Amino acid sequence: MLTLTVDGKEIQAKKGTTLLKACLDNDIYIPNLCYIDGIEETAASCRLCFVEIEGEEKPVTSCTVPVKASLKVKTDTPAVRRLQKTALRLLLSVHHVDCKNCPANKKCALQDMAKFLKVGLKPGHLQHCLKEPEIDTSHPCLDYYTNRCVLCGKCIQVCLTHNGQPEITFARRGFNTVVSFFGTAKNEKDSCDECIRCVDICPVGALVLKSSP
Amino acid sequence: MIADLSADEEKILNDVKIRLAKYGKERGQLIPILQMIQDKLAYLPHITMEMVAQHLDIPPSEVFGVATFYNQFRFNPPGRNPVKVCLGTACHVRGGDIILENFERKLEIKEGETTSDKEFSIERVACVGCCALAPVTLIGETVHGNMAPSKVEGLVMRVQIEKEMKEREKQKNESGQ
Repeated sequence: MLTLTVDGKEIQAKKGTTLLKACLDNDIYIPNLCYIDGIEETAASCRLCFVEIEGEEKPVTSCTVPVKASLKVKTDTPAVRRLQKTALRLLLSVHHVDCKNCPANKKCALQDMAKFLKVGLKPGHLQHCLKEPEIDTSHPCLDYYTNRCVLCGKCIQVCLTHNGQPEITFARRGFNTVVSFFGTAKNEKDSCDECIRCVDICPVGALVLKSSP
Repeated sequence: MIADLSADEEKILNDVKIRLAKYGKERGQLIPILQMIQDKLAYLPHITMEMVAQHLDIPPSEVFGVATFYNQFRFNPPGRNPVKVCLGTACHVRGGDIILENFERKLEIKEGETTSDKEFSIERVACVGCCALAPVTLIGETVHGNMAPSKVEGLVMRVQIEKEMKEREKQKNESGQ
């Protein structure tokens, strides 16, 4: 066990875990979207889990930092909060905010973070840009809501770890990036119906079962 | 996206299958293979991507992910008159995107798609090398410089009229013989 200081509080963490996991396990909340507990290779793509570490010049993503003894970490400096707020605002600027009609309402990672960081759900001064089409219904048992997705990649990662071959993937590039179901043959219906790990892990309700409203 | 293949395309597909066998199974071969297929078929049909996935032993979704990432790959067969709207720096500054939008509206397809009669397809390109004529559009091999939104309709009509004229002449020749 290693002892490190986070926000002036001493916490214990097992060697080999990441700083993000150590903090979350000790009830210190750090906003995050793409981190999956138990999967070592993190995408570090959401750019939300920033922290400041003493001795480091700039804030770093806590999901990529392995814990070390006597690490001094601060999770709520102005620089960190500014980065997190900007990242969240950018995510919301491409998000179709329609919480009332969203199955993830009240258990949505974006809502939680917006509350935590005191950021409004409306895009504010940023241009609101949505993709077309709104829903991809090409999968036999799943629906994909393009404008709810935050592109965290968790669904692809769990599909890869549990099935060996991911049925879903990122397609296209830049603003047009979507999660797509290419090559999901019709006979995958049963196996997908049984698994639905991607639906369970989705933090924002972008992947839903076809039968649900 | 799933288009039925014509008889000619079936033939080329068999050729592609033979060529595919000559490529190695390393992941690095993915893009060269896709380029070869596009070279032969002018686009990447659904079925070829599954063939490639099988050959390289990777998930089809990965092939699709890579292919959609790059602008050079297309998933619809090009039309007989491919419209290429330049969006290079000079054309962008002179309003190339408005020209693109006008073609999209006129032909009722989006960029990267082909009209249902296979006559036109729209593509965006980055600089065709005559920036002095910006904004530039290519229809087939013909360069149309100093484009304006008002010229779009005329150009499309011209292609259609030229086609009709050719057909009429052909009919005339046939009846004359």
